[in-house]
Amino acid sequence: MPEHATILQALQDLHEEHGYLPIGEVKKAAERLGVPLSQAFSVATFYKAFSLVPRGKKIVKVCLGTACHVRGARELVEALERALKIRAGETTPDRAVTLEVVKCVGACAIAPVVVVGKRTYGNVSPQGAAEVVG
Amino acid sequence: MGTGCRAAGAEDVLSAAREAAGDRAVVRGTGCRGLCEKGPLVSAEPSGVLSCGVSPKNARTVVDSILSGRGPVEALLYRDARTKKRIAVEDDIPFYARQTRLVLGMNGRIDPESIDDYIDAGGYAELRRTLAKRTPEEVIDEVLRARLRGRGGAGFPTAVKWRACRKQEASPKMLLGNCDEGDPGAYMDRSILEGNPHLVLEGMILGAYAVGASEAIIYVRDEYPLALANAERAIRQARERGLLGKGILGAALDFDVRVFRGSGAFVCGEETAMIASIEGRPGEPVDRPPYPVERGLFGRPTVINNIETWANVPVVLARGGEAFARIGTERSGGTKVFSLVGQVANTGLVEVAMGTSLRTIVEAPAFRKTFGPLEGERLQRVPRGFSKDHPAAEFLKYRQFLAGVELPASFASDPRFYGRLLEVFRRVIPLARFLNEPLLKGGPWRQTET
Repeated sequence: MPEHATILQALQDLHEEHGYLPIGEVKKAAERLGVPLSQAFSVATFYKAFSLVPRGKKIVKVCLGTACHVRGARELVEALERALKIRAGETTPDRAVTLEVVKCVGACAIAPVVVVGKRTYGNVSPQGAAEVVG
Repeated sequence: MGTGCRAAGAEDVLSAAREAAGDRAVVRGTGCRGLCEKGPLVSAEPSGVLSCGVSPKNARTVVDSILSGRGPVEALLYRDARTKKRIAVEDDIPFYARQTRLVLGMNGRIDPESIDDYIDAGGYAELRRTLAKRTPEEVIDEVLRARLRGRGGAGFPTAVKWRACRKQEASPKMLLGNCDEGDPGAYMDRSILEGNPHLVLEGMILGAYAVGASEAIIYVRDEYPLALANAERAIRQARERGLLGKGILGAALDFDVRVFRGSGAFVCGEETAMIASIEGRPGEPVDRPPYPVERGLFGRPTVINNIETWANVPVVLARGGEAFARIGTERSGGTKVFSLVGQVANTGLVEVAMGTSLRTIVEAPAFRKTFGPLEGERLQRVPRGFSKDHPAAEFLKYRQFLAGVELPASFASDPRFYGRLLEVFRRVIPLARFLNEPLLKGGPWRQTET
C-alpha cells in the first residue's frame, strides 16, 4: 500500500493518542507521508470521527438513528443536556465530558443507545442516562 | 457475546456461569444468535434449552438447575406473547422455527474468538475441498448456479461480478469486504462479522481463489469496535494456521487480508467512496464506469462484496449451487438476514428465505378477515425436490388455492350486494396476481439473464 494512502490511518492513531487532532500533528503526519497539506486537512475535516478541537475525557454519544429515535432518543439528549449543562456538540468547561449526537451505531435492537467511550449502553431511559454519564 | 448482549451485561453473566459450572461443563461465549430483545441468552447443549434475560445473579441458578438434571428455570424460558406458553427448546420457539439460519446458524455454537471452534463446527473444510477438487471457474459456476446476489441491497449477481474480475488481465487483483453498514436499523453485517468472522474469511479466501485475487481489505465502520477486534483476531489466527499468506493449505494460492477502520462517514458504504477512503482521500463518490472490477482500489481490478454476501460463499459451496438455489425464488437463491427493530415484540435479527411473499399475502389481516385461512386440496407431503424443512413447505403442499366467501342467495337482492362483491374482489387481487405472475409476459419465468 503506497505510504501516502495511509494518511487516514495515521490521523486515526493521532486522534486516539491525543483525544483530538492537533493541527501541528496533522501537518507533521502530512509531511512524513508525502501528502499535500490540503489533502490532509480535507481528510481531517471530512470524517466525522475527527475533532480538530480538544474534547472531554469522556465522550458520550447518543444515537439518533431511526430505531433509537422511535424509542425516545430525543428525550435522552435533552436529559443529558440538562444534567451536563451543555448542548449537544459541546464539551463541559472542565473538559470532563463531551456530548455528541450520532447517527446509528448499529445496536438497534436495544434502542435507545448511548455509547460512552467504547462501552455501549442499551434501553437507556432519560433517568438512566444521567447515571450512565456519572 | 455480541454488542447487544454485552450492553445488557453478558460479560458478567459469562463469568458467573463459568464459576457456577466449574469443571462440570464447558461454558463458552458465543456469537450473536439474533433474539436481541431477550438477551442475554444462555443456551445448553445437548438439550437445546434456551434461557432468556439471564443476569449475573440468576446465571448460577440456571447452570446449577440444568447441570443437576432438574431442567431449565421456568421463569427464564421464552414466553410466547400470543399463546402465553413457555417454550424450553430454542428450535421450538416460533421466532427461530420459522427461520432458515444458513448464515447465522453457527453463531450460537461457536466462540468467535476461537478458530478451533469454527474448525470443529466444520469450518474451512469447504475451503480444503474446493482447493483440492475444484477449479476457479468451477467455483464461479457453482456461485452462478446458486443464484447468489449481493446482500448489500443492490442485489447484483455475484457470479457475474466475479467473472468480470476474473477476465481482467491486470494484476494484482483485490477483494473488498464492505462492513460500513450505515443504514439506521441495520446491524446484520455487524453481527455476522462479530459472531462468525471466520465464515467471512473463508468466503473471501474462496473468492480470491475464484477471481485470482491476492489481497483483500475488510472495511469496518469505526462504530463497530467489537467487529473490528474480532475480525483482526480471526485474521491473525488464520495466518498462524496457514489459511492466509503464501501457499494456502499447500495450494498455489497466495492471499492475505487486513482490516481498515472507517472514520464516521456514512457515504463510505458506497463502493467508490470506500475506495477513496482507503486511498487516503475524503470519501467522495465518483462516476462509473470504470467499475471497480476493471479499475478499483489503487487502480487494480477489485471485487467488492457485502459481508453477508461473503458469508454466504462457503454455504453455497458446501451445499452446492443447485441446493442453495432451491431456497429462495427463481431469481434469488438463499436467505437474507433482516433486522427487526422499533415497536416490534421481538426485536432482533432473522434469517429467512428470499421471497416469502405468498405467506405475507395470505396472512395479511385483511385477507384473513375476508377469506379465513387459505383452502384447497393439499398433498400429504412436500413435493419431490423440496426439503420437508423448506420454509414454504406448507404452501408447497397446495394443489389448489381456494379463497372464497359464501354469500347467501337472498343477499343478491340486497342493495349492499354490489358493494360487498367489489370489496371481496379487491381483497383477492393480491392472491390472483401472485398466482398469475409466472404466466405473465416478462415475468420471472422468462430467463433474461445468464
